[in-house]
Amino acid sequence: MINFLLLPIIIPFFFGMILMFNQKSIKYQRITTLFGLLLAILSAFGLLINVYKNGPQTLTLGDWPAPFGISMVSDMVSVLLVLTTLVLAFFIVWYGFESINKKREQFFYYSGVMFIVTGVNGAFTTGDIFNLFVFFEVLLMASYLLIVLGGEKAQLRESIKYILVNVISSALFVITVAYLYSVIGTLNMADISVKIAEFNQPGIITVIAVLFLLVFGMKAAIFPLYFWLPGAYAAPPIPVLALFGALLTKVGIYAIMRTYTLFFTHDIAFTHDLLLILAVMTVIAGGIGALAHFDVKQIIIYNIVIAVGVILFGVAQMNEAALEGAMLYLVHDMIIKAALFMLIGIVIYITGTSNLRKMGGLMKHYPALGWFFFIAALGLTGVPPLSGFIGKLLIIQGGFEAGNIWTSIFILASSLVVLLSVIRIFIYAFWGEQGQLSSDINKTTYNRLFFPTILLVLVSVAYGVGTEFILPFMDEAAKVLSDPSIYTDAVLKGGE
Amino acid sequence: MKVNNVILQFTTKIVFFIIFFFAVHIFFAGHYTPGGGFVGGLVTASAIVLLLVAFDLKTVRSLLPINYIYMVAIGLLIALGTAAIAMFLDEPFFTHFFDYFYLPLFGKTSLHTAALFDFGVYLVVVGVTMTIIQTIGEDE
Repeated sequence: MINFLLLPIIIPFFFGMILMFNQKSIKYQRITTLFGLLLAILSAFGLLINVYKNGPQTLTLGDWPAPFGISMVSDMVSVLLVLTTLVLAFFIVWYGFESINKKREQFFYYSGVMFIVTGVNGAFTTGDIFNLFVFFEVLLMASYLLIVLGGEKAQLRESIKYILVNVISSALFVITVAYLYSVIGTLNMADISVKIAEFNQPGIITVIAVLFLLVFGMKAAIFPLYFWLPGAYAAPPIPVLALFGALLTKVGIYAIMRTYTLFFTHDIAFTHDLLLILAVMTVIAGGIGALAHFDVKQIIIYNIVIAVGVILFGVAQMNEAALEGAMLYLVHDMIIKAALFMLIGIVIYITGTSNLRKMGGLMKHYPALGWFFFIAALGLTGVPPLSGFIGKLLIIQGGFEAGNIWTSIFILASSLVVLLSVIRIFIYAFWGEQGQLSSDINKTTYNRLFFPTILLVLVSVAYGVGTEFILPFMDEAAKVLSDPSIYTDAVLKGGE
Repeated sequence: MKVNNVILQFTTKIVFFIIFFFAVHIFFAGHYTPGGGFVGGLVTASAIVLLLVAFDLKTVRSLLPINYIYMVAIGLLIALGTAAIAMFLDEPFFTHFFDYFYLPLFGKTSLHTAALFDFGVYLVVVGVTMTIIQTIGEDE
């Protein structure tokens, strides 16, 4: 079936619509959501196998020839991210049953989740720069709903900032696409890549490259443009925060990755050096934030910023090792961030506060939680058998190969800051004297929160231990990223 | 003090239908002349808004007992369904089909599945506009 690559987008979209009916029946909402996500996961998994066996899958909507219609392209990069997105959405929705309250569940929360997944998957899969914009808007609209749903004071305050920032960056996106269109005259990403190669990237294209970095950097929260993220992400409830932290900034990273490996590859000395400097600054800024805060949410949120820097550092190297590392680290980071947010969600549920200074001594009554948090923290840092290791190793290797010795060492050293920031949570919350406890802890609620969380931590452990099985897929992804002709041939010449 | 709106309400009763039929005209003209689902939907919604201005929320709701959120969902389903027809025929998603038919009153007419898609858009636009206006209007 030639439309197979669209299923991971269409299925969540369809279920999102279905969920708009019968919104008061929580049972119906929950079962339909899980069923829809499960179906989408199966289709994404089938697609992964298909792409691995037969190379990138492309489809131009409406049976138009390639540069004229909207092309959808599922190469290894996009299909891996799509599968990760769906799996994470599944766990986060499951976790949300206990932690999102009934009022929210009855007011289109699940539709919002499904539409956000539609937007994210669409953005990962599309092969048309304006269609990418549209899918960005789909996921942003859904995220506006989720960030404000519930109407608490903090949510209202932060959603205004969040919407304002994103409206501005979306307007910039349109302007940038308009510039690109007036220079190149096409919107199909493969076609743009070929035509820029023909022009050999004159100055104006480099300007457009920097504009794209500005636009996607705003979404991905890179150094000077991350100011909106800590406030906005702290406002919504934990499952929404996990969804945002795991998915939204990663779409921005993916877009930078795609444009900087597919379009703007001819003036690397300027564009990629700029990206490198910004990536290092992002790591510094994130590190400072992660160490400065005594609020568990903020610590993990600043860790998102650090990870964005690390991944973009890998993209900036432009060699196969670093790109493969960036892909590995990207998927790892999506999983581990979701797991960490879910874990601190449980900690906040037990203690009733997000202030580290008020917590303490949880290890005595919740040893399992403590050890799983410890494993997740080590996984985040990149301790060898766990998931963050190989990705960072390859990124550093790529950095050395590209001759960026000092910055690579710096990135390596930044792992210590990450370790310190999360171990601080472990020490303050789990060791020491018994701290504050919430007055109403329900054992079944705790168990129901705990179960999806440990499963996700185990998924991340499996991702680290079983890297051997994942590497062939990542190799394929790195090949597509480092050689744009694979992508352009697949779209413009119909594969092979 | 109660204001008597006889003239406004009477004109509305007539003008509503003119606007509505104009919207239908715009909707069907979309393929060959300016118009289509989006404008058609907005004009329809503006006709309903005129009813809201002349009467009140309660009256209009009893006149048109429509759940506009369901209307949005149904519109989306129609749009997706139209695009998905091609999927079942093993054509790329969003492939449209058309043919010429001899209809009793109209004679030779071209029927195109793009009109179905446009109808989905139309329902979504009407539904969204009315949801926004009603919820703001209800808010105390």
